Amino acid sequence: MADIIATNETILVVGGGISGMTAALEAAECGKQVILIEKGPSVGGRVSQLYKYFPKLCHPTCGQEINQRRIKANKNVRLLTMTEVAEVSGEAGNYSVTLKTAPRYVTENCTACGDCGEAVEAEFDSEHNYGLGKRKGAYLPHQMAYPQRYVLDPSIIGTPDATKAKEACKYDAIDLDMQEETTSITVGAIIWATGWRPYDANKIQPYGYDRFANVITSVEFERLMDPHGPTGGKLLRPSDGKEAKDIAFIQCAGSRDRNYLKHCSRICCMASLKQTTYVREKYADDGKATIYYIDIRAIDRIDDFYQNVKADENVSFIKSKVAKIEEDKASGNPVLHGVNTEGYERYANPHDLVVLAVGMEPSVASEDFPIKVTVNDNGFIEQDEANGAIFAAGCASDALDVNRAVQSATASALRAIQVVNKVAGMEG
Amino acid sequence: MSNMNQAMVEKYRNDFLKEVKANVEEGDWVQMCMQCGVCSGSCPFGPYWDHPPQELFMMIRAGKREEVLSSNSMWMCTSCYNCIARCPRELPITHIMHGLAHYADRLGLAPKEQPTRKFANRFWDNLVKKGRVNELKLGVSLYFMNGFIEGIKTAMAAAPLGMGMMKAKRLSPMEYFGGHGVKDSKGLDAILKKARQIEDEKIAKYNS
Ligand SMILES: Cc1cc2nc3c(=O)[nH]c(=O)nc-3n(C[C@H](O)[C@H](O)[C@H](O)COP(=O)(O)OP(=O)(O)OC[C@H]3O[C@@H](n4cnc5c(N)ncnc54)[C@H](O)[C@@H]3O)c2cc1C
Ligand code: SF4
Ligand code: SF4
Repeated sequence: MADIIATNETILVVGGGISGMTAALEAAECGKQVILIEKGPSVGGRVSQLYKYFPKLCHPTCGQEINQRRIKANKNVRLLTMTEVAEVSGEAGNYSVTLKTAPRYVTENCTACGDCGEAVEAEFDSEHNYGLGKRKGAYLPHQMAYPQRYVLDPSIIGTPDATKAKEACKYDAIDLDMQEETTSITVGAIIWATGWRPYDANKIQPYGYDRFANVITSVEFERLMDPHGPTGGKLLRPSDGKEAKDIAFIQCAGSRDRNYLKHCSRICCMASLKQTTYVREKYADDGKATIYYIDIRAIDRIDDFYQNVKADENVSFIKSKVAKIEEDKASGNPVLHGVNTEGYERYANPHDLVVLAVGMEPSVASEDFPIKVTVNDNGFIEQDEANGAIFAAGCASDALDVNRAVQSATASALRAIQVVNKVAGMEG
Repeated sequence: MSNMNQAMVEKYRNDFLKEVKANVEEGDWVQMCMQCGVCSGSCPFGPYWDHPPQELFMMIRAGKREEVLSSNSMWMCTSCYNCIARCPRELPITHIMHGLAHYADRLGLAPKEQPTRKFANRFWDNLVKKGRVNELKLGVSLYFMNGFIEGIKTAMAAAPLGMGMMKAKRLSPMEYFGGHGVKDSKGLDAILKKARQIEDEKIAKYNS
């Protein structure tokens, strides 16, 4: 990619989720040169995997679309997908960065007509759907993907499927000889916006995510609601495809727990409250949601949301950290065991489906950063002088909702702008 | 009320949590409990306790001294360690249960007829004699714990078990006459004496 021009007045943004896009756009719209890199084949990050956003319950697509338009319209932003940072050295105002771009095998000629996807036979677990359901070996990451361009799974290269894909394409957009590319650039400041990942629910042994089909995670639940998702937007439970009408939500699954993540992931209370509205949306008064919680952390402006959910008679709250889940073999129902701390009664409650409100952890482990950065006990990047001109945005800095992630992105853009302004001033 | 109990009441007045922190083994952890309930829900004995661990911890903080110390709840702990494995705050709950039981016993507040308490005391008396448990004597003393007639009945019921243990050389009738012990019985006496002395000093501090 010889055509990438970057100087020490350029800002590099790593991670193309809502935070990275925001930081890149804020800086670019202030007239700065920005390179935005994204590891995956499209931008949007985990927000594109949500059905609806709290607190307003709008669909994420509209916010995404606005950002995509802003990116398209702004010549100061250069977007590189399937790209990661391999190495970083230097200091504030002068970083040497090596980027690695994985081959997509599909060029800009692609019109997203989908003929290659039809032609290919191999199927893989769908990343977009957190492994619920399949995608083809030639695929569009998701409906709203930007760029709207297909990708070939690297494992079909060299197989007859690859040739089939190439032959099916009417626009000659498939290039099977594409190779990994390495690019060296110089930038003045780096915004690190690599986001979060859901805590691995398999580690929470007593909840049996690895053993019981009808115990799923909150991120998977979002995918079930999506009309383009693995169940076509129906709340079907995995074991038997039955409609799940009595759904339990377990809070702090992996958070606030010294055995797992020590921190409060902060968004999962709101996420579950939001997801109870999905149950109502699907079934009206026939659906039932039960939230098992230690305490509900919906603060400030979002307390209203909590009060509204509380007023819903079909939603109940049980103040209890669930001790363990067992499965009723005959019905496939997960049975929750614990003690209701308001009254100390023991319960053994069956539900159709259990949703674990899993915690958020940083997507990049501290030892995997290409350059030393200061992180806190939970692995999130700290605002620290020692980090030079490397600034964290969004969930790379803390467990945040979109609103706060975007605020943090704007703040990091301002910090980066100050650095490159200083460089510009010195170079006069 | 024992002297020590009286002294403790006066010393700590309304602050039972402070008393627990100072006197109960691992008692300083009680303040770390966040009342999530996972320990209570994890306990195999849960339905049979008056107060599961998390409730006991709340009662300690609420200053319910008499109710806690005379409760039979902590005596129900089987040391399964489920609660410790699951507690999000890493409280050593099992150990706190035993610490509370021991403290209640020392103060003379533990329920007299609580079978675990009785067994624990018998076990201890049996053990300190020779540094090794004399299974035969311990067994016999347990059978007769609730009176002579009851004892004969229990012994008869347990006879096949006893015979099996003898066959497997886990139990010897000769144990009734003396029985096995540690090699260095003087050393054992010295250790126990020292432990007793430390304990007595602690108690004397409050009884003076
Ligand atoms: C169940 C659930 C429901 C939620 N619902 C809501 C809601 O309703 N409303 C709300 O406000 N918030 C919600 N959230 C929180 C929301 O998902 C986050 O606030 C948001 O995703 C943060 O965006 P981000 O850009 O910081 O991180 P991400 O969305 O994680 O984006 C990070 C991006 O960086 C890329 N990346 C990662 N590593 C690298 C690398 N090494 N190099 C290059 N790129 C990389 C990733 O591919 C990704 O595209 C929810 C969270 C959960 C768990
Ligand atoms: S936000 Fe709620 S569910 Fe999530 S870790 Fe914090 S308290 Fe637990
Ligand atoms: S599990 Fe730990 S934090 Fe939870 S109630 Fe029991 S002792 Fe308290």
